[in-house]
Amino acid sequence: MSLIKITIDNQTIEVEPGTTILQAARMIGPGVTPPAMCYYSTLETSGGYCRTCLVKVSKGSEKDPRPMPKLVASCRTPVMDGMEVQNYTSEEVKDVRKAVTEFLLINHPIDCPICDQAGECHLQDLSYDRGKSQSRYDYEKRTFDEIDIGPTIKLNMNRCILCYRCVKVADQLTPQRVHGVMNRGWDSEISTYIEGAVNNNFSGNMIDVCPVGALTDRTFRFKSRVWFLKPYDAHRDCPDCAGKAVIWKFGNDIYRVTGRKDQWGEVAEWICNTCRFEKKDLSDWIEEGPRKIDRHSVISQNHYLKGTQFVASPEALPAKELK
Amino acid sequence: MSNEQGVKKFDPEKRKTIRFSEPALESIQKIIQRYPAGKQKSAMLPVLHIAQAESDGWLSPEVLDYVAEILGLLPVEVYEVASFYSMYNLKPVGKCVLEVCQTSSCWTRGAEDVVEYIGKKLNIKAGETTSDGMFTLKTVECLGSCGTAPMLQCGAEYHENLTEERIDNLIERYRKEDRRRNYTDLDFVNSN
Amino acid sequence: MSRKLLLAKDHVPGIRSYDVYRANGGYASVEKALKTMSPEAVTEEVKKSGLRGRGGAGFPTGMKWSFLAKPEGVPRYLVCNADESEPGTFKDRYLMERIPHLLVEGMITSSFALGANTSFIYIRGEYFYVSRILEQAIAEAYANGWLGKNILGSGYDLDLYVQVGAGAYICGEETALLESLEGKRGNPRIKPPFPAVEGLYRCPTVVNNVETIAAVVPIVNDGGEAYAAIGIGRSTGTKLISASGNINKPGVYEIELGLPVEEFLFSDEYCGGIANGKRLKACVPGGSSVPILPEYLVCKTATGDDRLMTYESLSDGGFATGSMLGSGGFIVYDENQCVVRNTWNFSRFYRHESCGQCSPCREGTGWMETVLRRLEKGMGNLDDIDLLVGVAKKIEGNTICPLGDAAAWPVAAAIRHFRHEFEYHVLHAEKVKDPKHGHKEPIMPVKPAPVVA
Ligand SMILES: Cc1cc2nc3c(=O)[nH]c(=O)nc-3n(C[C@H](O)[C@H](O)[C@H](O)COP(=O)(O)O)c2cc1C
Ligand code: SF4
Ligand code: SF4
Ligand code: FES
Ligand code: FES
Repeated sequence: MSLIKITIDNQTIEVEPGTTILQAARMIGPGVTPPAMCYYSTLETSGGYCRTCLVKVSKGSEKDPRPMPKLVASCRTPVMDGMEVQNYTSEEVKDVRKAVTEFLLINHPIDCPICDQAGECHLQDLSYDRGKSQSRYDYEKRTFDEIDIGPTIKLNMNRCILCYRCVKVADQLTPQRVHGVMNRGWDSEISTYIEGAVNNNFSGNMIDVCPVGALTDRTFRFKSRVWFLKPYDAHRDCPDCAGKAVIWKFGNDIYRVTGRKDQWGEVAEWICNTCRFEKKDLSDWIEEGPRKIDRHSVISQNHYLKGTQFVASPEALPAKELK
Repeated sequence: MSNEQGVKKFDPEKRKTIRFSEPALESIQKIIQRYPAGKQKSAMLPVLHIAQAESDGWLSPEVLDYVAEILGLLPVEVYEVASFYSMYNLKPVGKCVLEVCQTSSCWTRGAEDVVEYIGKKLNIKAGETTSDGMFTLKTVECLGSCGTAPMLQCGAEYHENLTEERIDNLIERYRKEDRRRNYTDLDFVNSN
Repeated sequence: MSRKLLLAKDHVPGIRSYDVYRANGGYASVEKALKTMSPEAVTEEVKKSGLRGRGGAGFPTGMKWSFLAKPEGVPRYLVCNADESEPGTFKDRYLMERIPHLLVEGMITSSFALGANTSFIYIRGEYFYVSRILEQAIAEAYANGWLGKNILGSGYDLDLYVQVGAGAYICGEETALLESLEGKRGNPRIKPPFPAVEGLYRCPTVVNNVETIAAVVPIVNDGGEAYAAIGIGRSTGTKLISASGNINKPGVYEIELGLPVEEFLFSDEYCGGIANGKRLKACVPGGSSVPILPEYLVCKTATGDDRLMTYESLSDGGFATGSMLGSGGFIVYDENQCVVRNTWNFSRFYRHESCGQCSPCREGTGWMETVLRRLEKGMGNLDDIDLLVGVAKKIEGNTICPLGDAAAWPVAAAIRHFRHEFEYHVLHAEKVKDPKHGHKEPIMPVKPAPVVA
């Protein structure tokens, strides 16, 4: 099939038909790529929920050049030949994205100093990027109790942005989904409904896909910020998965194991729970070398850190954290 | 009030004892026949209504699990659906759930007074059940009866153009008849 | 008396039963369509009639039908939207309860036109007793050969089922309805694909409102042109209006489109004027989702023309000074009603009914409700008013389905026309602590001074 042409923020690329605007933007590069909090390229039917990736289609296609009347979710909108899209070049898009960020934050506890995801959190990135520092929502927030969904995964629903990614992981990677979205609207929550364990050999991938700190690794032994840890690509011979992972070390101890995320923060190859939760000895792994963090993240942007990556700078951290 | 957060207790022993009546199981099988092969999940909403009527007016986790078995679904699929829709009670309720509409057209015609009146009369607040387990008072959103406001629903029944006198009579009748009112009841056809 | 096409026989004793319905000309459209017309010819009549969807959006029905994909070997479905949950709307219930066979007849004729062999009526769960009435009518139709195999010897087969919902306004949105009919949570689907291509069980599907389908009966009987002769411009035919609120005669009225609002509101044939001799304060003419109109924009448009009951006239002036016909839920408020309170009431409804899939609606409906509750109770401040306008604007147009818009519009419109009343709630906090404050000191809308060029 012949390629079709799309222009995003004045940069043009040719892509296969059926490509979404977001995918095309990623091919061009980070400079034109909208943030995506719910889309995940390896999960079918993901995307459409969070609305952070809304863009303006200023020209529908060569055939029908009319602009689209509303902003569209770039992750769910296929490109048309000759389509022109505005992302960072549109004030309207930036304005709405700011608003969407604010919506995502009104019920968020903003407890980054005690969150395992801090430094790796897409919501944190987004709010540094385009949020407002002062919330206009000065009412009581929705709160939930933290629950353990199984021996290895902890759910802190307060931080959840209902991106549905973990539900899709459970649907698409495991045969017996036991958690899902309960209730509706403002009261929606991720839950197992009954006391129950998410216990499947691939369930740990839910932690990796979670864009925020709602699902975290209970076996993560380090009770502090990830930027103290050094990530290394490593692999092992695993009968269940490809065994390609990232081991997060402090000295010679492995504190946690995760999948390998690409520059968009997505894991291309899922890892099994054995690799993730049980293989915490250096002898379990063959190291490939230190991992570069090139994601558009607060770690790489030194929002917290001054100086070299992964070297803590005391004055940049919240005082109580350092004691 | 049916939608409460947090995880619920699941009792495997209680689960073993659950079985719907033969007529209920028969109508469930009939409902499943309506849909194309393999689409039996479509029966979910009607089956949950039957389940609620079979189970003292509310859907415990054990009953939901049983429904999952009947429909060949994962239990979580049933939990997700049951907790989405407002007509499914996920907690025990009284025999007669008085659902008073609180939306605009009813409000402008005294719906709040209706809630207050019933509340005082039964000595309960909205969301509560009388100690004898007879009545639950609930506030709900528009029931498509705005032209005959204020109104309440109880089981299959619509009670419209409410006045204190009508409420008194209604409650008295329900007390006398002393039976559970379900949405699936067959014997009510609005004569309004 | 205006012409009635749907409710002409609603007071005939026993019309709910098959025999009486049939004796009064019932099922003629099925006979005519199946014996003398092709499916395309039926669709053509519907196109000619100018009928527009009666569920709220007003999309031309004939056009919708012609969009239905018809791939070989794939079943097609017609699903009737009887979810009727838009506050202020109760016309479908009235029609189904009184003349259930009219809907059954319309379903058969329409299904024939669309080539559907299985059709569903999805009815809101609260209308359980109405679903029994429909099931009874369907059983009678089967017994008399109007449903089932080889109807009237035409070779056309149709099975018709009633499916009950379980309490969720969002299931009125057509893709949420289809999800619900598939036994799932009522989460609207992300479009495209549209139901005409991938609907129920991912097969081509048409979803139409109860009244739309019922209107197909007179259209087929009398011809599309006869139907189009009623009404004004692109608002053809008759429309069922659900009238409620502070009027003398609430109820369901069938009107010819084009009737002046003033006549509808004040004549004894219809609403009979404001109850208890009070003054009109405001009106929501098309169900809770449409913008509220202050008294001075109800019977006249901003340019001084008579406001008519048509799609066009009710939206004359756009969102600045107009509203919408919507589902025809005509809610009237008298001088004692408080607009802030009522806006809070609506926002509570939308917060309760948001499915929660997308963040602007899930969070935004709750946010607006919280701010409005505070304002209504006299605990807000002046900044809250603009905050509400800002939040509403950021929900509108940015959500998966139109519920976000439906939640935002009433708030934006109430502030647009009644800002002084919102300010009153801040400046006279003590007075508004009494929920019935409007009964003591009515606050009437203030007509802005005309702009002199
Ligand atoms: C939130 C929401 C609620 C709706 N509720 C209803 C409803 O209760 N009944 C209805 O017929 N249409 C409803 N609609 C409109 C439907 O999506 C759809 O447009 C309609 O059923 C099409 O039928 P029509 O063309 O015959 O009007 C609703 C739409 C939205 C966005
Ligand atoms: S828990 Fe995480 S992955 Fe799951 S829905 Fe919430 S934010 Fe998304
Ligand atoms: S706009 Fe509201 S109701 Fe519609 S999909 Fe989004 S959250 Fe659900
Ligand atoms: S990433 Fe596109 S809507 Fe969430
Ligand atoms: S507002 Fe109460 S039934 Fe509609």
